[in-house]
Amino acid sequence: MPDHRGHFDRYGGKYVPESLIPALKELEQQYRKAMTDANFQTELSNLLKHYAGRPTPLYHAGRLSEELGFEVWLKREDLNHTGAHKINNALGQILLARRMDKQRIIAETGAGQHGVATATVAARFGLQCIVYMGEEDIQRQKLNVFRMNLLGAEVRPVSTGSATLKDATNEAIRDWVTNVETTYYLLGSTVGPHPYPMLVRDFQSVISRETKEQFKVQVGVELPDRIVACVGGGSNAMGIFFDFLEDDVTLVGIEAAGKGLESGQHAATLTKGEFGVLHGSASYLLQDSNGQVTLPHSISAGLDYPGVGPEHSYLKSTGRVDYRTATDAEAVRAFQWLSEMEGILPALEPAHALAYLRQENNGITSGERVVICLSGRGDKDVNTVAHWIGVDS
Amino acid sequence: MNRIQTLFQLSGEKVIPFFTAGHPRLDSTADLVLAAERGGAAMVEVGMPFSDPLADGPVIQQSSQSALRNGMTTAKLLQQVKQVRESSEIPIALMGYLNPILHYGIQTFVTDARAAGVDGLIIPDLPCEESEDLVSLCKAQELSLVLLVAPNTPGKKITRISQLAQDLIYCVAVLGITGARLDEADGLVSYMERVQHHSESPFVVGFGIKTREDVRKVNRIADGAVVGTSLIEVINSANSPVEAAETYIRELGGKE
Repeated sequence: MPDHRGHFDRYGGKYVPESLIPALKELEQQYRKAMTDANFQTELSNLLKHYAGRPTPLYHAGRLSEELGFEVWLKREDLNHTGAHKINNALGQILLARRMDKQRIIAETGAGQHGVATATVAARFGLQCIVYMGEEDIQRQKLNVFRMNLLGAEVRPVSTGSATLKDATNEAIRDWVTNVETTYYLLGSTVGPHPYPMLVRDFQSVISRETKEQFKVQVGVELPDRIVACVGGGSNAMGIFFDFLEDDVTLVGIEAAGKGLESGQHAATLTKGEFGVLHGSASYLLQDSNGQVTLPHSISAGLDYPGVGPEHSYLKSTGRVDYRTATDAEAVRAFQWLSEMEGILPALEPAHALAYLRQENNGITSGERVVICLSGRGDKDVNTVAHWIGVDS
Repeated sequence: MNRIQTLFQLSGEKVIPFFTAGHPRLDSTADLVLAAERGGAAMVEVGMPFSDPLADGPVIQQSSQSALRNGMTTAKLLQQVKQVRESSEIPIALMGYLNPILHYGIQTFVTDARAAGVDGLIIPDLPCEESEDLVSLCKAQELSLVLLVAPNTPGKKITRISQLAQDLIYCVAVLGITGARLDEADGLVSYMERVQHHSESPFVVGFGIKTREDVRKVNRIADGAVVGTSLIEVINSANSPVEAAETYIRELGGKE
């Protein structure tokens, strides 16, 4: 998966203007060449090791485990350079951009983590970088905007639509259509037209390869019983699921239920959405009765997206992955819980995955071994949480 | 034969206005189609508004937002086309993004659109790679599926696209979004000559066309010129949008 046309069964594909088709074909060719090129692989693994700081630890969360009655390990993607898993993909793609001789890099960002990762690798290789970001997200992620500026990137505010990740993605695609000959679009999640869902997944799959090996060595058991990750576009989840898809491991994806699934203010695309096409691929989509994309809501900017990666839609359709949700309130409580219990501030995105551990009917039996993808650190969310707690009390 | 097939059997200059259904008012669609016909338009393209129009510049984006706020839907648009058909036989193509059509149901949409009097369908986010199902559905109902080519589409692929879209193909004049500036240099002419050489179908050219001179230049080689963004700008800035649209379209056709 995907097939040669970039389809995961009925999901995926290339639903983009004709002018982007040659660029997508070229990207796929370069990518396939790079994957069998030992030099590319060596360069990437050196960067992942010496620049990003991989492998990231697999940490046994002892106090959480004691409270919960089952064993919890955290895959510490928050300890990567720039503070999230996004750097794995950014490094892989910037090497592709260099092979394709593109001097101008564009990206979309929601929480700002992918924008920061892109600005970082563009600085590392001396390339021009423009990041599209919704005005709403610029407000709630000021720290990341400043980081991108420090890294030499231009952050272009997007005020159309909901002024969040969806609209930033529209604007990045418009830029790419216009400047396709000079520009590399460094897409940040397992979404968009083929080959992006495949190549972002592959660059993130280092998470599951490491987890598998570390688990075996550290725990002395072949496989964990369960792996849990948050799902927005779905890149950290695809990254930690990928090497376990064929194994006897329960895989759980947690979407953002925002203010509640019945409130209409959520970003639970797989749980509440319907089949549709957005940003170049067919997948589940939050939309109204006329096929217009509806505005999602999540306290976490990184999950605030009405679409989802096509491979997740496929994995839902086959039943391989169990997709569930956690609300804003549950995520904030989990944020505080991990901070107090383990001395780790998680990003609000993986706080949704942590919240699942404490939900009733989560299906986890006592003594189970559970791995959580801690996809990013929480520094960027401190203001949001402070605001929430202030409002809450 | 549908009205598009009939139209492109005729030679001669063609002006093809584009505007967004439901903008500036929910019920302006029919008035604008009829005004275009009075102004000498050969055919009209009516935009089906979408929340995320990723091939469109700010002017058409805003007209789509306005139309959605006015309550425009696919079903209402088909009703408005029916209303136009009570008094006009001008060829009508609907132009819209794939998702609202998928949501309506592709097969139902093709059937209902044809029954309402629609002649063609243009979907900017449906490249020929993904068009297989729709090509055969449209063929069966004699709805002209108009596929797009871009300045960077290779010659062989232009031929393949024209074989799938036998009635008409749409050439995007520039790499970019609607409202982009037309290339002043000879780029457009050599691009149109390349399309003419490789295409087995008639072709129209759009994106960035604004003036009478642009229309003439395009029609020398192509089979028609599509004018969208600048028409919507005229509509937006006029006190009487319908009259202003008619006057502008007449000017574009050199029939002042």
